[in-house]
Amino acid sequence: MDYFFELFLGGLTRGSIYALIALGYTMVYGIVQLINFAHGEIYMIGAFTALIVISVLTMLGWNQIAILLIAAGAAVVYSSAYGYTMEKIAYKPLRQAPRLSALISAIGMSLFLQNYVLLAQTSDFLPFPALIPDFEFMEPIAHIIGSPELVILITTTIVMVLLTFLIKFTKIGKAMRATAQDRDMAQLVGVDVNRVISVTFIIGSATAAIGGVLIASHIGQINFYIGFIAGIKAFVAAVLGGIGSIPGAVLGSLVLGWTESFFTGYISSDYEDVFAFVFLVLILIFRPAGILGRSTSEKV
Amino acid sequence: MWIEIETPMLANELKKSFLASLWFMFLTFPIMVIRVNTVEKIIQWRWANLFFVGIGSFILSALWRYLIRRKEQGIHRTEVDGIARVTLSQRLLGDRRFTIPALIITTIAALVFPFVFSIYQTNIMITALIYVMLGLGLNIVVGLAGLLDLGYVAFYAVGAYSYALLNYHFGLGFWTVLGIGGGLAAMFGIILGFPVLRLRGDYLAIVTLGFGEIIRLILENWNAFSFGPSGIANIPRPGLFGIDLDIEQATIYVYFLMIAMTLFTIFVVNRLQNSRIGRAWIALREDEVACQSMGIDKRKTKLMAFALGATWAGFAGVVFAAKTTFINPASFTIWESINVLCVVVLGGMGSIVGVIVGAFILILLPEYLRFLSEYRMLAFGTVLVMMMVFRPGGIVETVRRTYQYKETDH
Amino acid sequence: MDMEPILNVKQLTMNFGGLRALDNVDLDVHQGEIVALIGPNGAGKTTFFNCITGIYDPSGGDVLISAPKKGKTQRINGLKPNRVTEKGLARTFQNIRLFHNMTVLENVMIGCHCRMKAGILGAVFRGVSTRREEKAVVQKSYSILEKIGLEKYVNDFAKNLPYGAQRRLEIARAMATDPFMLLLDEPAAGMNPHETQDLDALIIRIRENEGISILLIEHDMKLVMSLSDRIFVMDYGKKIAQGTPAEIRKNPAVIKAYLGEEIDA
Repeated sequence: MDYFFELFLGGLTRGSIYALIALGYTMVYGIVQLINFAHGEIYMIGAFTALIVISVLTMLGWNQIAILLIAAGAAVVYSSAYGYTMEKIAYKPLRQAPRLSALISAIGMSLFLQNYVLLAQTSDFLPFPALIPDFEFMEPIAHIIGSPELVILITTTIVMVLLTFLIKFTKIGKAMRATAQDRDMAQLVGVDVNRVISVTFIIGSATAAIGGVLIASHIGQINFYIGFIAGIKAFVAAVLGGIGSIPGAVLGSLVLGWTESFFTGYISSDYEDVFAFVFLVLILIFRPAGILGRSTSEKV
Repeated sequence: MWIEIETPMLANELKKSFLASLWFMFLTFPIMVIRVNTVEKIIQWRWANLFFVGIGSFILSALWRYLIRRKEQGIHRTEVDGIARVTLSQRLLGDRRFTIPALIITTIAALVFPFVFSIYQTNIMITALIYVMLGLGLNIVVGLAGLLDLGYVAFYAVGAYSYALLNYHFGLGFWTVLGIGGGLAAMFGIILGFPVLRLRGDYLAIVTLGFGEIIRLILENWNAFSFGPSGIANIPRPGLFGIDLDIEQATIYVYFLMIAMTLFTIFVVNRLQNSRIGRAWIALREDEVACQSMGIDKRKTKLMAFALGATWAGFAGVVFAAKTTFINPASFTIWESINVLCVVVLGGMGSIVGVIVGAFILILLPEYLRFLSEYRMLAFGTVLVMMMVFRPGGIVETVRRTYQYKETDH
Repeated sequence: MDMEPILNVKQLTMNFGGLRALDNVDLDVHQGEIVALIGPNGAGKTTFFNCITGIYDPSGGDVLISAPKKGKTQRINGLKPNRVTEKGLARTFQNIRLFHNMTVLENVMIGCHCRMKAGILGAVFRGVSTRREEKAVVQKSYSILEKIGLEKYVNDFAKNLPYGAQRRLEIARAMATDPFMLLLDEPAAGMNPHETQDLDALIIRIRENEGISILLIEHDMKLVMSLSDRIFVMDYGKKIAQGTPAEIRKNPAVIKAYLGEEIDA
């Protein structure tokens, strides 16, 4: 039973991190109907930025909590900036183009960013310091849940609540929902669609950066390729939950996290990465709209 | 008078470029300038990079805005005139005075190539021809039917492993397996096709990508079947009526074999795209709903595209295994699929000449410009984005032979 | 009316989640008739077309057809759109859905697709029968374009055609599928009065010369009243009236449904 609980928690942590990345996919998809293939790379850039800041500040002898906060802040700022710029270069000129074009452009962007980091930094795995200290108050339950896991769960929950609040109750959130429903109509009633799309990319990238820092610190190493596979899994999670739906992205991520955790724990870890794909194919065959998505048929 | 108008415009342009340059210097600062060595605790500051990024983005941003403006004017022009521009490549390809000499020169070059150049060069050429075949096959799926298939490499793997395994276990020869490999790949194409029939373009891309990865991971992990990551060695080269060939002769033989197969591919793809089926593919790409309402069976048409596209990948895989005599799963990663996609996109989706040109550029350039080879993938990424933004039709925009009605047909 | 109707729709119902877009709608068309389906925006007219032509699978009711020459009655609910087209019902779209990057001739040739046979081998080897078939299809497509009056655009790309011509090309494309009945979804939308007049004549010609019956959705009341043998009126997913143009004009339910909307008849 302990082993079961361990796998359960492992899946929960894993799922929470997928959720932070999946949110970006789902938001962008909801608004521009584009699979942002390069979203995983944004997350990777967040992790790299954090690592660089941490290393520099550690050598300068700063205090650990300050380093953690500054590094996370830098990751968020830089990931958002990359997300914003990427949209302006690779997607904005293609708004009126066929979807296939935007998709190919997104794949190109992903390839570019991976190799940019590969060439400017390194192809090796870099050790990433464990940023989250073991809290003292956690000691009695440390055998059940570690401090890093707790921080990941709490952070993910906070981000989710903030996002839901933002979309439900703020002015920009309203504009986002309007744009998601009907971009042309939103524009007609005075929504600045370009701004909404930029903000969506920025928010999505920022949450991905938080995910990047957390997972890097959790796993303990990064390289230029981490974004790709994580990106694909997060996408699967978003589709599983019902793409375009924020609670769906979270639910899908948790389901995927648990499934992976139990599967590798009880059966075999050889096919860990296959699993997400098999899952994806099955969902798309049996319930293409996802768990929480509503099926829509094309207007004829 | 015009100076008064131009000066503020120039100043404005300079300002925009300057701001872009500042932005990119900020953006690339941590990754381009700082490099930390966490083991030896050294920080390397590469300030020169910041300077290059600044200059580079200043120029590129000006160029970018110029190109965007030109593109918008181009669209505007066609809207006003109602006449599509005829590009240089289209004019050249339509002109017999160009095509016939070009064809003759290509034929002679292709025939004498292996006798003039070294084995090494011939091998590179064979690789390029394999990509032409892969590109033409993928072109059926992506270019004609408009289905973005990112798992194309899986069919290539099916072909290569068919030959390697059937030869290892049953001693089957190259020619026998060529047919079987193509057939198996087609079967896999249909197997993949079924579940994705109902999917829209973007989901399709991800599912096919997943399918490609599943095949690769199975090859990597199922040791009893595929010999795992260590792969299969000593695959025989294709035989020629039982004559023993040395490596050089065998390479030349494979080269001519590839030339013949490429010609065959071109012939078939050309015939297909100018047929009832080819028309149905293009219609499917244009509008799925209308296509079905005009009596076209969407399932059958899509499956046919998948199966035919996969067949060529299967053929190419068999040749690849025979050429390299060694295969392992590392040759069949997702990046291979993306390479082939690059070939199709750069050359021109839906254009046969385009795919050939694309394959030669993308395979030969990095081979001969060795100092650029580490930038190869970076360049591929850039190519995909830039082509989509500025020239979605590719280098050789489709010169599809449209059906022309001539009075003489009465 | 002793003959069996060629299209007989009984109690057709369509639900989208909780929304009932069609509620027990009955409609019938006899051989050689021109029938109009009218109603305010959002009444469910296009949904009705989509249910008949296989784009939606209706939640309830029957769609029966009885092709004029074959005579056998068939139920076609839930068939794929291409099967419906093969059975002889062809449609046009309200928001023009041509194959924009194909020529006018090719658009019509696509319509012939389901009446052709050439497969992969035929395409590759291009034998005598394939070549003969291709030639026949080009001829047939051209003659349809002549009938519709689009022959001067034959080699132009569909996207470059004027708006009215695009609407007529949709009709030509549908006719190429050899239907016994055409379903036209707002064929006159966006046309100027002159073009509408031509369309009126064209629809009559299609019925007289080709023997194709017509069911059309239209907002242009003048066109509807002059063309139709019978009219069905829908509102909020229900059929509220049916009858000859003269009867419909006087029907109080119809006047009420259109209250606030102008009837230029």
